[in-house]
Amino acid sequence: MLSQPRYLSSARAAASAFARQAGFDEHASGHVALAVDEALCNVLKHGYDRREDQPIWMDLSPLIEHQAVVGIRIVIEDEAKQAPLETIRSRALEEIRPGGLGVHIMREVMDSVEFEHREGNVGMRLVMIRRLPSAGSRVKYGANQNGSAAAAQPGQEGHKAAST
Amino acid sequence: MSNTEAMDVRVEERDGAVLVVPTGDVDLHSSPTMRERLRKAAAGKPLRLIVDLSAVPYMDSSGVATLIEAMQISRRQQTLLVLCGLQDRVRSMFQIAKLEQVFRIVPTADEAMKA
Repeated sequence: MLSQPRYLSSARAAASAFARQAGFDEHASGHVALAVDEALCNVLKHGYDRREDQPIWMDLSPLIEHQAVVGIRIVIEDEAKQAPLETIRSRALEEIRPGGLGVHIMREVMDSVEFEHREGNVGMRLVMIRRLPSAGSRVKYGANQNGSAAAAQPGQEGHKAAST
Repeated sequence: MSNTEAMDVRVEERDGAVLVVPTGDVDLHSSPTMRERLRKAAAGKPLRLIVDLSAVPYMDSSGVATLIEAMQISRRQQTLLVLCGLQDRVRSMFQIAKLEQVFRIVPTADEAMKA
């Protein structure tokens, strides 16, 4: 897709439909769509600084273990500038201000959220996994059972400090 | 379609309050429209600003950010901001963002008039 906000709804719909096909209920599929939305927003705002002519790739695949589907794996890649991985985190939740929630939301609704640098010093890769409840997902009702998994420290979100 | 045309937002006055009623998903594409309407609605410094979300099936963090901004503006000018009509997915978003206790949230617009 191109780096335009108008395509977010289509990406959400695709992610949600894929999650449903993989066996997730409507509630969990909605959270998968939310994670995709937040990930893409990070790319649009922080990776590409809202330039609307840049590429983003999203790959949806079943997570397979022992020849059975146990969840879904989502990979989002871009050609944006590479952010230091240690700076990609949520703002402190008690610090009530607009912005800075995207990474926290992704970590709350997915079992695994990993940012990587793409090969060649250009672009980021985000790999997110959500397991089915029967396959040991630790996500429950949209929040991790053990509370917030996001780093609750002031800092940066996505590709650079989030302020929107 | 530009960002400022990305969603329908109805604004009406009711018994001294201003009621803002967005319709449709609130995401990075449509939230600038809601932000603009909320800013205009708050500019008149009403005693009560009600955001009726009953026609919003989905909201991402950009929508939440817009509401936090409206809350900050409202507090500065002593306007009471009340949210109502949250659908399940939107309420879930507030739970995930740990914002349920930060906003005044009631079930309906009628209750928001009395909150």
